Amino acid sequence: MTQDPLLAGLAALATDAPDGLLERIAARWLTAPSPLGELSVAFTGQGIAYVHRGEGFAAAFRARAGRPLLPADRPPAGLLPALRTGRSSGVALDLRGLSDFQRDVLLAARTIPRGEVRPYAWIAAQVGRPKAVRAVGAALGANPVPLLVPCHRVTRSDGVAGDYVFGAAAKERLLVAEGVDLDAVRRLARARVFYLASDTTGVVCFPTCHNARRITAAHRHGFRSLAQAQEAGYRPCRTCRPALAA
Amino acid sequence: MSDIDCLDPVRKALLDDLDGGFAELFGAYRGVVFSTALRLSGRWADAEDLTAETFLRAYRAVAGYERERIAALQPRAWLLTILLNIWRNCARTKSRKPPPDLHEEPVDTVDPRESVEDAAVRHETGDKLAEMLSMLPEDQRVAVVLRHVVDLPVHEIATVLRIPQGTVKSHVSRGLRRLRTLGGVQ
Repeated sequence: MTQDPLLAGLAALATDAPDGLLERIAARWLTAPSPLGELSVAFTGQGIAYVHRGEGFAAAFRARAGRPLLPADRPPAGLLPALRTGRSSGVALDLRGLSDFQRDVLLAARTIPRGEVRPYAWIAAQVGRPKAVRAVGAALGANPVPLLVPCHRVTRSDGVAGDYVFGAAAKERLLVAEGVDLDAVRRLARARVFYLASDTTGVVCFPTCHNARRITAAHRHGFRSLAQAQEAGYRPCRTCRPALAA
Repeated sequence: MSDIDCLDPVRKALLDDLDGGFAELFGAYRGVVFSTALRLSGRWADAEDLTAETFLRAYRAVAGYERERIAALQPRAWLLTILLNIWRNCARTKSRKPPPDLHEEPVDTVDPRESVEDAAVRHETGDKLAEMLSMLPEDQRVAVVLRHVVDLPVHEIATVLRIPQGTVKSHVSRGLRRLRTLGGVQ
């Protein structure tokens, strides 16, 4: 086009953008099966960013993340098994845009194993803000990645499942499907029992801790508070760590 | 605004569907935006950041635009205006405070696609010119990059920089003259 070597040299400085760049800008989305039916899932190069049930997914994601949302070819690693089994700790999450407090709350909720529940106060204690129980509830209510951060495993201590992003009924359904005996928790709560201890191990747990579920009736002792259990000579379980919520 | 059919495919796609249109927009202008970012900033990693930020801001802006405004958009000039704003702001804040954002992922400093031979060739030819470009005053560098690296017509550069066409031409010719001096007899 031009004979001038300088102009030719300048024109040769043009280059195409690297291929992966779009993934840093746009999120991808797909639908995936779950125990609560089909969910819409948005993810970025960092991990899963948003899980939505029902109508209005794209608009909700846009309002939340302000990123373009393009269809995905394939699901991100680990998503489908995590939704199927409820074991989600291996799935990468993109929690950018959340406050530090909310992020801490979600990461704490993520440590609750399948089939177990913890009180809101336990999360508050985990994140070092023992008095922020209501704020914990609000942070969990705004969980952008339900199921992958199992906020449904945080329940009221009276055995009522409590509020949930996808509705209280869905929360109960999920917990029952995961093997949590909510009826038993409620029965205990009515009897003012919030901790179970074993006189063979000398350990006191939350009622749904897998260590508590193994205690046979003859050796099981219920306590209203952790302090009472400790007075009776029991030490807090190192797995479910009830000491945190006391 | 009355005749949507005579619009270019990018704007038509943006009017149809914001997200699909964004993919078109990115596909059509990624090279122009990235090349400009690379030759202005001089660093591959910075160019990636600038390009990503430019398209992200463009998406957020266009999400709030009326249909008429999208139809009247000049996508290339608009994107480059956004890029230049970000670049100038970055350069300004960088000179004030250097700490990086810890939440962002680390970035590579080289083009990962490039082979060793390509890198060697580029080192001998492009790098020298790129380095000379970075020695130009900002006005001239921007004008030369837009005119001769990404091949924008003068009137579009005038739109991007919001200066008269005559001023664009004088920035370009002064920049070229300086490059020739810097490079000896090119």
